[in-house]
Order: sequence, then structure tokens, then C-alpha cells
Amino acid sequence: MRLAYFIPLALFLFFAGLAGYQLTQPKEQNVRSQMIEQPLPEFTLEPALEGMPGVSRADFVEGQPRLLNIWASWCLPCIAEAPHLERLREEGVEIIGIAVRDRPEAVADFLNRYGNPYSRIGSDDISELMLEIGASGVPETYVIDAAGNIRYQHIGDIRADTVPLLLEKLEEVR
Amino acid sequence: MIAELGLAALWLSAALSVLMMISGAMGLRDVASPHALYARPASVVQAFLAVLAFFLLLYAFAITDLSIKLVATNSHSAKPFIYKLTGTWGNHEGSMLLWVAVLALSGGLLGGLERRLPEKTMSATLMVQGFVALGFYAFMLLSSNPFERLPVPALEGGGLNPLLQDIGLAIHPPTLYVGYVGLSVAFSLAMGALITRQVTPDFAKVMRPWVLGAWVFLTFGITAGSYWAYYELGWGGWWFWDPVENASLMPWLAATALLHSVTVLAARDALRTWTIMLGVLAFSMSMLGTFLVRSGVLTSVHAFAVDPERGSFILGLLGLYIGGALVIFAMRAGSISEGKRFTVTSREGALVFNNVMLSAILAIVLLGTLYPLLTEAFDVRVSVGPPYFNPAGAIFAIPMFIVMAVGPLLRWKDDKPARIQFELALLAAVAIAIVALVAILGDYSVLAVLGLALSVALGIGALLPLKGRNIRRVPTATWGMIAAHFGVAVSLFGMASESAFTSEKLAAMAPGDSEVVADWNIQLESVDPVAGPNWTAIEARVLAARGDEEPTELGPQSRNFWSPPQPTSESALVTRWDGQLYVVVGDSAGIDANGNERWQIRVWWKPFVTFIWYGGLLIAFGGILSIIGRLQVDLKRRSAKAQGKARRADVEALSGDKPGSTAAPEPAE
Repeated sequence: MRLAYFIPLALFLFFAGLAGYQLTQPKEQNVRSQMIEQPLPEFTLEPALEGMPGVSRADFVEGQPRLLNIWASWCLPCIAEAPHLERLREEGVEIIGIAVRDRPEAVADFLNRYGNPYSRIGSDDISELMLEIGASGVPETYVIDAAGNIRYQHIGDIRADTVPLLLEKLEEVR
Repeated sequence: MIAELGLAALWLSAALSVLMMISGAMGLRDVASPHALYARPASVVQAFLAVLAFFLLLYAFAITDLSIKLVATNSHSAKPFIYKLTGTWGNHEGSMLLWVAVLALSGGLLGGLERRLPEKTMSATLMVQGFVALGFYAFMLLSSNPFERLPVPALEGGGLNPLLQDIGLAIHPPTLYVGYVGLSVAFSLAMGALITRQVTPDFAKVMRPWVLGAWVFLTFGITAGSYWAYYELGWGGWWFWDPVENASLMPWLAATALLHSVTVLAARDALRTWTIMLGVLAFSMSMLGTFLVRSGVLTSVHAFAVDPERGSFILGLLGLYIGGALVIFAMRAGSISEGKRFTVTSREGALVFNNVMLSAILAIVLLGTLYPLLTEAFDVRVSVGPPYFNPAGAIFAIPMFIVMAVGPLLRWKDDKPARIQFELALLAAVAIAIVALVAILGDYSVLAVLGLALSVALGIGALLPLKGRNIRRVPTATWGMIAAHFGVAVSLFGMASESAFTSEKLAAMAPGDSEVVADWNIQLESVDPVAGPNWTAIEARVLAARGDEEPTELGPQSRNFWSPPQPTSESALVTRWDGQLYVVVGDSAGIDANGNERWQIRVWWKPFVTFIWYGGLLIAFGGILSIIGRLQVDLKRRSAKAQGKARRADVEALSGDKPGSTAAPEPAE
């Protein structure tokens, strides 16, 4: 037995140990936006639904902090988060929606079925705003302070336990 | 029924792999044991059943059986038929089933066809092959059952990732898998030879066609994958050093080293332990690739089914197989002598040098791929890319290409460099002349210039072994080597040329505008919406003309698939013998002064880029020639042996009363 013949084994054991350790570590699968703590970029979006106003950067400045909710009628988790958005609205939070790659009929149908918690809905037909604020998927929700700065990002659908968290974040940036 | 039949077939083949393992172990203990007889038939039947299971899943996808969970989550009734079929392996469970079916098929072919090895070594080999198969059957059945039913059949399927709805998916993964898993035979043979201490030239001759076969498929799979990424992703690049690309490159590097060292072992009885090590390493790299893709420890565009539990399972299998093999290697390798000696300036010397260089490149790629894993343990996120891989790989690739041009000219065992001084001078002169020429013509990166010079020298060097020989008498296997080495030169030329001479332009164009890229004139005609079976797109009409020629109409698209929703970019290509024009349409870029909408149009002219893939095909073709050549020699030898035997039997029959006499055969007339 020459010692040199054990080198491959030693290298492999080192790798296996490392990989085993990494597997047991909780892994952050979500990509955090680089835009947190940055001002919202300048944008103007057409209304996603007839009879409701569209969205631009100016709608976030002045007054109170708001939620920016990125959603779409074709998105299944968005159905799951609809009642929790409704609860947030009942708490007096202003929620501005951005419908991603959607059609007005589909938006109207979705809101009829699952309720409309939004004060305005902009239509982001080519994921333009999504890219600019660093959203990696649908749905995502952002806390925007009264000066128009992005302060907090929630990735994925809003669940029952997310509601108090978002209320707290809104209070923090007030 | 389909799902139940498939599942039953899988369970049965798992049981047969146990039989194969036990029967092999019996044969290893005692060759004459009656229980040793089962290993070969078991390997053949389990191969049949595993392949049957795969075809049953294929059928379920073909008819879109939405009561099967896998079909419901990954297919859609409105998908074109060909993508329903290819969707079978466009997901974790299905691709794992393909992997296992190929593994079983390799074992079946090995058990059914291979008769040249001593029975004892063969028993040990089948034992190892059965053991490996068993682990992966267990993985399938316990954690990734492809035939799982839904309690209530779905109304409609979830669809297939649109990036995968391309003919590339039909070719690239299956060929790669055949290559990856084909290496399992090399692994089992290496272990069998190591366990029975039969590392001989005869063993190497048996191993060589298996390695070559797997290597041909790997080469073809990587080439196809590279071209697929090139035109489908719309980024204009052909290799991104993505962890999963690296995972396919590493077994290829190991297999390339292996097939050269196995040649040395077959021809000269040298490099015994090294060949065994490479046999273990090549399949280990295949399994490592599987682990990296399916466990989610690394972030990659290919990562699917990110699931730490499955990751732990595969890591356990890795520990069992790679760890076990390396333990046996460490214990046994000392008892296998290194074999015959040779000098540095000999064919073997050159092959060893290049083996070391290939292994060094493999180490560089492996380190770069796993480095993020290491730093993440200290909470630092890094991504390793071309700035590391290109120069670090080149340090070893450049000397390798030089030796590769010269090596085939050297004789076995011992040679004088002075004998080939003319050839050496010729190659050096060509390389230096090209470096000088290119350096005068323009300002290009060092690596690209060196690559151009080396590719031409290598191309000439690859053909030099033909010098002074009767072309018709050159053996087929030698033609294989020449084709493969020439293919490397062609491919290298394409890579160097692409990186040195590519012209690129990104412009916002309104219909009617035109731009100039290299000697091409690009005009945007119109931009219109179009619709396909499961997508909508905007399509640009672009006229591309080179010089004064008749313009070619191109239709690059920016597609939006609706199930699942995802945008993709369909590039449009014009292929000429000396390069490719690559056009991509992007988003709208606003309205120009005249009120026309402008679009982002990106155009590349890539001189000789296609040579990268032509070279890859040529390399694979060389491998095929080599297999044919080896098998020809083998069959000739076998029939000569059979003839000799028949003749001896005739002589014995004639001499009649003296059975078993060793009388010399009559001179054949």
C-alpha cells in the first residue's frame, strides 16, 4: 500500500464532506433584488383595466408608505394571496398593483372572481418594471416609503403570517 | 395500466440486478459455481425490463396520460407531438429513468456480448455493474418514481419549459446520457480487473471499444448541446462554463485521457494503475455531474428538481460507489506493477504527457465548478466564469496541443527527436509564421492568436502520420486517430477565429433602417406579431446581404410561451462556409423622431464559428472509425483462430486413432 494511492480517496472524502455540509444548509433559492434601499425608477404604465387609473412613479410619492404588488391573472399563487391582500386593504393599506403580461379581459375576470384590493393597476406588458426593480418572479410585493424608496421585498405569495410582517414593515418606514 | 406495468418492470429489474450482483460474487469466489451462471442472463433481462419501463413512460407522454403525475406536471395536450415525446426526459424523474435504462442496457450489452475476458474477471465486472445499477434503481423507486399516479386525473397539463421545446432536446440529452452511463462499463471493467488483479493488455483490448463507444456519444452530445445553447439562448455564445456544461466536459476529459492510456496499456503493457484510476474517475465524473444537477447545491441554468433530499440520496450513492472504488484502488493498486518502462521521447512519453495535461485541465474545471460550493461554506457567494477557466485551462491546453501535433510521429518505447526534425521544424515554422502574420494584421487577444497558430500546426501535424505510407494500407483505426486529431484542429480553429474576429452590433432600428456589420448590410423590413401552437411572438423581417449579393430574408423572433409563461428568443442564422450571421430581435426601443416604433436588433458576424461543431463531429467520427477498425481486427483474429481450431480438429479426425495428438496441420493449399 503506497500512501500516494490514498490521495484520490482523501480528495473525494473532502468533497463529499463539503457537499454533505452544503446539503444540510438551508439554501436561499430566491434572488434578492439589488434595488432595496434604492429609489423607485422613473416609469409610467398604462391602466391594466378600463375605468381604473394606471400607475407611475409619482403615485408613490407623498403621504403614506404603500405596497407595490406584482401579480398576474395567469399566476396560480396570486389566487392564494388574494384574500390576504384584501385583509391588508381592510387595515387601511394602499396597494398598487402591477399586472404582468396580461390582458384586460383576463384581469377583469380575475378581479371579479377573487376581489380587487388595488387602488390602481398598471399593465406591464413586457416585464419592463419587473426587470427595473429586480423582481425575479410573480407574485412579489414591495414596501415603498412615502419618499418613493424601495424598502422591503417579499418574494412569493402573501400568506396569513406575512400580513402582520408587512404591516410592521409599513409602520417601520413611516 | 401503463403506469403499473412500468413500475412493475422497474421493480423486477431492480430484483434482477440483485441476482446479477450475487451471482457475480459467487463466480468471483468460485468460477465453477453453478450459481455463477445467472449473472449474464440476469444482466440481459434487467436491461430489457428497464428499457421497457422507459418505453412505457414514453408512451404515457405520447398519449398525454394526465392521470400520471409526471405527465400532468410536465406535458400539455396542445404541445406538438415531437415535444410530447422529448418531454419524457425534460424533467427529473423521466431523465433519471432514461439514465437508468441506459445503465441497464450497458450492463446487458456487457453481459450478453463480452466473451473475451477471463470468466473470473467477468464475474467481478458483472457484480460491480449490478451493484451500481441497484443503487440507481433504489433511487428511482424510493425517491423519484416516474409512474406515480394522481388521485384525481388532471384536466390539463402544466406544460414543458419553452426553452426545452426544441429539436435540440431530442438529441442532446439522450446522446449525452448514453455517453455518461456508457462509462459505467469502463468503471465496472476497471473494478473487475482490479479485484481479480487482471490488469493486462488483453483486458485493455476488451475495455477499449466500450470506452470509445461512450466517448463518441459524449463528444456528439457535447457538440450538439453547445450548438443548441448557441442558437436557442440567443446570447451568441457557444460555451458558458455553466456548472452543468462543466459536468459534461469533465467525464469527456477523463474519457479522452482514458482512451489514450488504455491504448498504451493494450499496445505496450504500461500505465496499468493509471488506466484503472482513469476508469474509476471517468464514471465518477458522470455521477458527480448527476449529483450537481439534481441536488441544487450549485446554481445553474440546467438545475431541475432542486431537492436536498434527493441530493442526499445521490450523495450517499456517490459515497458508496466512488468512495468504495477509491478504497479498493488504494488497497489494491500497490499490488499491480506499473508495467513496462519507456523513455520520455517515445509515443508513450507523449501520451503520458497529454494524459497529465488532460487531467490537469480536468482538475482546473473541477476546481472552478466546485469553488462556489467551497466559498459558500464561508458565506461568500462567488461565481466563477471565463476569466478563470480560459487562461487557467490554456496553461495546460497549449502544451497539450503542441505535444499532440508531434506525439503521433514518435515511435513506441524509445525514439530520437532528431529522426523527425524536419516535421518539427515545419510545424514550428507554420505556427510562428501565423503568430507573426496575425499580430501584424491587428490587435487580438494572445489566446486567440495562439489558438489560430496551434490549430493550423495541429491540422498539419494530424495529417503527417500519413507521410510516406501507402494510403490504402493505413489501418482503419489509424484513420480514426487522424480524423479525431484533425477534428480537434478544426474545432480549435473555429474557437480562436470566433473569439478573434467576431463583429457585433446592437442597434435600435425602425422598419426601413439599415446597418452595416462586417461586410454585411442589414435592413429591417418590418416587425409583426405571429402566433404558433403554444406561443405568440413578435417577428422581425430582416434582409441581410453580403456585398452586392441578393439579400437573404431572416425572421428572428422574440417568443412568449403561455404554458408555462416564459419569454424566449429565437435567433435567425445565415450560414456561409466561412462563418455565420446571427440575428436576434429584442424589445421595443421606443418611438423615433418620425413616429415609427424602433426595435432592438442585435447582429453578430462570426467568422468560421461553425468549424467548432464541424470539428466536434469530426472527432466523434474519428472515434467511430477507431471502433470499426478495432472490431475488424478482432473479428479477423477470431475467425483466424476458429479456422485454426477447425483445421486442427480435421487433422485429428484424419489421424483417427490418435485423439488429442499435436500433429502439425497440413500446409494449406
